Amino acid sequence: MDGLLALYIFMLAAFTGYEIIAKVPVILHTPLMSGSNFIHGVVVVGAMIVLGMAETPLQQAIGFFAVALGAANAAGGYVVTERMLAMFKKKEDAQ
Amino acid sequence: MSAPFYVQGAWFVGALLFIFGLKGMSSPASARKGIVIAGYGMLLAIAATFLIPGLHNLGLMALALIIGGGAAWISAQKVKMTDMPQMVAIYNGMGGGAAAAIAAVEFAKGEMHGLVATTLAVLGALIGAVSFTGSCVAWAKLQGVLRKAYRLPAQNAVNVLLAVVAVGLGLVVIALAPERPELVIAFFFVALVLGLIVTLPIGGADMPVVISLFNAFTGLAVGFEGYVLGNPALIIAGIVVGAAGTLLTQLMAKAMNRPLSNILFTPLAASGGGEAIEGTMKELSALDAAAMMRYASKVIIVPGYGMAVAHAQHKIWEMTVILEEAGVEVKFAIHPVAGRMPGHMNVLLAEAGVPYDKIFDLEEINGEFGQADVALVIGANDVVNPSARSDKASPIYGMPILNADQAQNVIVVKRGKGTGYSGIENALFYTDNCRMLYGDAQPVAGEIIQHLKTMG
Repeated sequence: MDGLLALYIFMLAAFTGYEIIAKVPVILHTPLMSGSNFIHGVVVVGAMIVLGMAETPLQQAIGFFAVALGAANAAGGYVVTERMLAMFKKKEDAQ
Repeated sequence: MSAPFYVQGAWFVGALLFIFGLKGMSSPASARKGIVIAGYGMLLAIAATFLIPGLHNLGLMALALIIGGGAAWISAQKVKMTDMPQMVAIYNGMGGGAAAAIAAVEFAKGEMHGLVATTLAVLGALIGAVSFTGSCVAWAKLQGVLRKAYRLPAQNAVNVLLAVVAVGLGLVVIALAPERPELVIAFFFVALVLGLIVTLPIGGADMPVVISLFNAFTGLAVGFEGYVLGNPALIIAGIVVGAAGTLLTQLMAKAMNRPLSNILFTPLAASGGGEAIEGTMKELSALDAAAMMRYASKVIIVPGYGMAVAHAQHKIWEMTVILEEAGVEVKFAIHPVAGRMPGHMNVLLAEAGVPYDKIFDLEEINGEFGQADVALVIGANDVVNPSARSDKASPIYGMPILNADQAQNVIVVKRGKGTGYSGIENALFYTDNCRMLYGDAQPVAGEIIQHLKTMG
């Protein structure tokens, strides 16, 4: 990838992340940490590509390990976040 | 390598859904929808990856997805809400480990594309490996597997030395890999040990901030490895999380009045410090507590982690409903670090059915304690300690606190007479308007409910 283009992506993504969190109420900090934890679980896609191009048994083994870890990050992060957020209700829904 | 257009397109839509999802999660009303949207983004990105032509090991890939994803899915369904922070830590560590492993495969192949890619691969590997072992230690501490804070003599010097060695080996790897695989192995080894050694001396109370920091680390590592793989979706998701996580870490550290450098380099003094406190603690019965709240016009409840450990939140909510039916205004005041992470207490209260419009942040509610007839402090300690405002010698001096002491009457529900999690004496307990109600939070709340019912 073009290095400078990547730099633009880095910059814009950093601003996006900062802006999203800056206005968040404290009550959502834990779910949001958990939610952002889920989102970096997309590392599983990178792990899949690496495993898909692995040639030696060593590369396959590390790639397999990477996919399993990444998948755990994504799946666990999703379930934990969803369970937390499912509990946020307004007064009328709660009663 | 370059994926075909339709795969790239799917990744793009996935990244878009992540950002929309995070945006949704930033408001309580749309938060649930937000995580579901991000979830669709993830499924799309994973499914599209299978469609890249020429990929091998598809069976292994599916197997790894099922094993890793399945195990995490099941364990995450089972975990109790009080144990949520350590689960976030362990899943986060796995993401860091995955990022480091991606870099390891790239080194093993030995086909790096240019200095920038190699440097970012090494940086991502270092950060990811530190996040991996560090998060595992964080999990072990919060889970209670590791109880002691292990401190080496000259801990800070060891930390710095290890960090320097790790960075030095990283530089060597950038210059020499793939010719010297043993150096690559040494690099990963030192990076993993670094995460371990840095995290071991940090106490349980500071762990949330550290978990948040490692969450940001993993995000960065994923972003860097995304560059190495030429995958913009990884870059965007990783860097968004890196930036958001960094800010979140700062907010948490600020709320605890613990600069990040203090957390990483000096442990909180276990006890001592602060002025001796004059006066005595005065007891009160559950019946008196019930009457005091029943005939109040405004009650503010200050819940702490002790309440959650005692599983008293359902009883407290039941009590709140009875009080409200009797015409008492009841609000919940949450300190930013109540529970184990900012917002953790809100989750625990939400689980018990407390609607979020009854729950107020420190800034929102601190002005209201003066008009409250009763402040009910249940399972909280340091976050209502007025020494933080007045006693410069106190270890928590300067930490923002909930001004429960300004209420007409304060009732503190506490298991025993000892000091709290941090071992610091609480001046609130000795003030004239404060009464202590000793006992486990759950039976105490049950007793109060019984008395309230007889009062009609």
